Amino acid sequence: MPHRYFPHTPDDIALMLKSCGASELDDLFCDIPAELRLKGGYRLPGAMSEPEVKAEFDKAFSKCTPLACFAGAGAYNHYTPEVIPALTSRSEFLTAYTPYQPEISQGTLQYIFEYQSMISRLTGLNVTNASMYDGATATAEAMIMALNATRKKRRILISSTVNPEVAAVVNTYAHYQNIPVEVIPQKDGVTDRAELEMMLGAGDVAGVIVSSPNYYGILEDYTGFAEKIHEKKALFIINSPAIALGVIKSQGEWGADIAVGDAQSLGMPLNYGGPYLGYMSCTNALMRKLPGRIVGATTDADGQRVFVLTLQAREQHIRREKATSNICSNQGLMTLHAAIYMSLMGTKGLEEVNRLSCNAAHYLAEKLEETGKVRLSHPAQPYLNEFKVTVKDPLTTTVLLEALKNEGILGGVAVDENEMIVSCTELTTPQLIDKYVTTVKSL
Amino acid sequence: MNRNLYDKLIFDHSHPGRKGYDLPRYDWPEAMSKLPSELMRSEAPQLPEVDEPTVVRHYTNQSTNNFGVDTGFYPLGSCTMKYNPKLNDKLAANDTIARLHPRQPEDTVQGALEIYWNLQRVLSEIGGMAEFTLNPFAGAHGELTGLLVIKAYHESRADFARTKVIVPDSAHGTNPASAHVAGYEVVEVKSLPDGTVDVDDLCSKLGPDIAAVMMTNPNTVGMFEKNIPVISKLVHEAGALLYYDGANLNPMLGIARPGDMGFDVMHINLHKTFSTPHGGGGPGAGPVGVRAGLEQFLPNPKVYKKEDGTFGVNDFSDSALGRISSWLGNYTVLIRALAYIMTLGAEGIAEVGPLATLNANYIMNALKDKYLLPIPGPCKHEFVFDGLIDKSTGITTLNIAKRLLDLGFHAPTIYFPLLFHESLMIEPTETESRETLDTFIDAMRTIAREAAENPEIVKNAPHNTPARHPDDTEAALHPVVTYSQYLEKFKSE
Repeated sequence: MPHRYFPHTPDDIALMLKSCGASELDDLFCDIPAELRLKGGYRLPGAMSEPEVKAEFDKAFSKCTPLACFAGAGAYNHYTPEVIPALTSRSEFLTAYTPYQPEISQGTLQYIFEYQSMISRLTGLNVTNASMYDGATATAEAMIMALNATRKKRRILISSTVNPEVAAVVNTYAHYQNIPVEVIPQKDGVTDRAELEMMLGAGDVAGVIVSSPNYYGILEDYTGFAEKIHEKKALFIINSPAIALGVIKSQGEWGADIAVGDAQSLGMPLNYGGPYLGYMSCTNALMRKLPGRIVGATTDADGQRVFVLTLQAREQHIRREKATSNICSNQGLMTLHAAIYMSLMGTKGLEEVNRLSCNAAHYLAEKLEETGKVRLSHPAQPYLNEFKVTVKDPLTTTVLLEALKNEGILGGVAVDENEMIVSCTELTTPQLIDKYVTTVKSL
Repeated sequence: MNRNLYDKLIFDHSHPGRKGYDLPRYDWPEAMSKLPSELMRSEAPQLPEVDEPTVVRHYTNQSTNNFGVDTGFYPLGSCTMKYNPKLNDKLAANDTIARLHPRQPEDTVQGALEIYWNLQRVLSEIGGMAEFTLNPFAGAHGELTGLLVIKAYHESRADFARTKVIVPDSAHGTNPASAHVAGYEVVEVKSLPDGTVDVDDLCSKLGPDIAAVMMTNPNTVGMFEKNIPVISKLVHEAGALLYYDGANLNPMLGIARPGDMGFDVMHINLHKTFSTPHGGGGPGAGPVGVRAGLEQFLPNPKVYKKEDGTFGVNDFSDSALGRISSWLGNYTVLIRALAYIMTLGAEGIAEVGPLATLNANYIMNALKDKYLLPIPGPCKHEFVFDGLIDKSTGITTLNIAKRLLDLGFHAPTIYFPLLFHESLMIEPTETESRETLDTFIDAMRTIAREAAENPEIVKNAPHNTPARHPDDTEAALHPVVTYSQYLEKFKSE
């Protein structure tokens, strides 16, 4: 009996082999040198039935303990409306390929177009691509884009307040292309403006990468940045988590040329790190330098408005080594997730999510300071839903996070033994905050 | 599809005062409105305001305008559009995994790390490699990661002279693009008339400036590179490493392992060979495997097994090439691939290659009297026709592809590889039945007949798809890429 995934009966195989002029399956591999053939089969376990596979995974899943989440640092515990998995699991979406045949792919093309439109409204920049893998790779691609757009300039400046994982990915991409990446120092938790001006003054800068809210959750003030950066003919790149753009000043409003970030915050499950979604927008002027797929509207033979993949002359399958990027497939289905999330939430929903998250975070910060065990690391700086605290001697972040873990709480992300980053969302309850604060007080 | 009723964008459904969400109402002291106004948006982002039933109907109707593997046959060459098992989706949607933050302490995510580690093991066995990273997000991302492994290896030996990568002219477009992103110059090597790499040409290009040679085996015309033992020897003698593009791994399952062929580094497209859904263009996964001696260069973070049998994550290994992702890749895609391998088991996995190859040869033999087969078989998982044999009809590969849409099939990959003018690249995969293949063969023969008897019907295809002959030129000349631009252009006319 064939496996349930294979339709071939022995009769089918015999009949098909005959029509190919072969007598056994092995005849089809006669061109492969014998010494290369797999001998003795794979050293893997035998086939398992559906209930057995499920039981094995249940065993593994039971060895995981989700914690009440106060960790952020790039991945946030926002709510996923049930509408989203119900729609994204429709197999017409799930099992489709990249929409190369627009005649039978209007479903995919239209949701990407809607996604592009909505992200552009969040970022305030006109052109958005059909997604990047995650916020970190999107930032690295923005760096490459800046180098391509500014031609002979070489230096990239990145703020020390950018998420370290994002910076690490940027540095990896840069290292192997011999791109000098220099770190802009910080002052009281934000990008040091005077240092940036000095570094710009040294010339040869292709792009400046900053983030707001930054790694510590602080909303940075970029007043005057765009002018200084553009004066030196460099590009201004701002990384922000997508959800925050519902309320904070957008990249477009700051005068940035490229907007990037992770869109996981648009209600995507934490899923132990992925799949998430990198978004990327740019000005009209940079459109033809943008990596990845772009969907455009046009008309068809019947005069209908239809969608197609457009500006493909930028892409690897046409340009090969001269392409703007090697990106090919991206995070397709996650853009559908984002599009549905933004459709459900709308402008007001995003504002409410941010208000609940922000208010909970400020309440928690105040209560934590009242314990006398920790203090806000940068009390003068404004923050949205995430903040950095310094634990007071002799307490350490390791001890504090361990105590919270024993209460079923993921208390935040440690920066080092003295500092940690704490985050709230609309799912943070008053009961959880009480438990958090009581635990800290008891230390 | 009912375009008359549902031909709207989500923005067209927007109506002030409607909403599709519901949130908890907690009485927190107000903080957000006290944030400095110069750091906040001056105007709201103008997202649509739509109720939940309308959102559901809108996207459900869009889905009916789509073609997926569950809808019908997808003979898309080099894309391996096989059946995506439902069990795997169910496991990937697990609620416990959904709630795991990537920065949770190791002792709270042991099961998740065990799944990752187990997939590293089985892919290593199938690839004939020593170790895998599962962090790369897609095939192209895997290629880049693999090339960076190679670069880190040469750098570790203080060999900085290797600035070039050799890529065959039949390679997937991502190969030269990835080499470029990895900071390499691309050198192209020619193919022989039989579609395999010209070893003499390769020989003349090898030297102390070559970091790696990228190969796809079987290659994109579906031929096994039978000179691979010689090529491997030459490449290694020249001090370069041999890279395996795993896009075409499917026919090798049960037959041969890249590691045994002499490859040093490889990537696997889990969304091809290991059945994870393509999702309309992602999320995929492109794990990268390396032979013994190169493990240390794989990117951070790394999952490892401790002596006491528990699992850990290493974020800061100094010998690693660096970091190519924030966390451990597209995690739930990895769950699906492992479930697929466990379901098939050792024997089932070994049947994939032979059955996929049988299906491809069956189609090729049934059509080669009508379609031009530039490279005679037997092929592996895929093969390439150079259009119809009868060139007098003027029917092009594009016409054939579009006519197939009318007849209920997805089109093959067209105009690739670049070796032929009218490439039609067909890959059926092992999950298609003889009856399905027969129906496809009938359709292809119908098109060949129509090309001779009634060419207009083929030239003007498609006739009955939701969209017909979109104006690509206009789309590229005057790009309309957002709803706001769309309103300006279409609604003002």
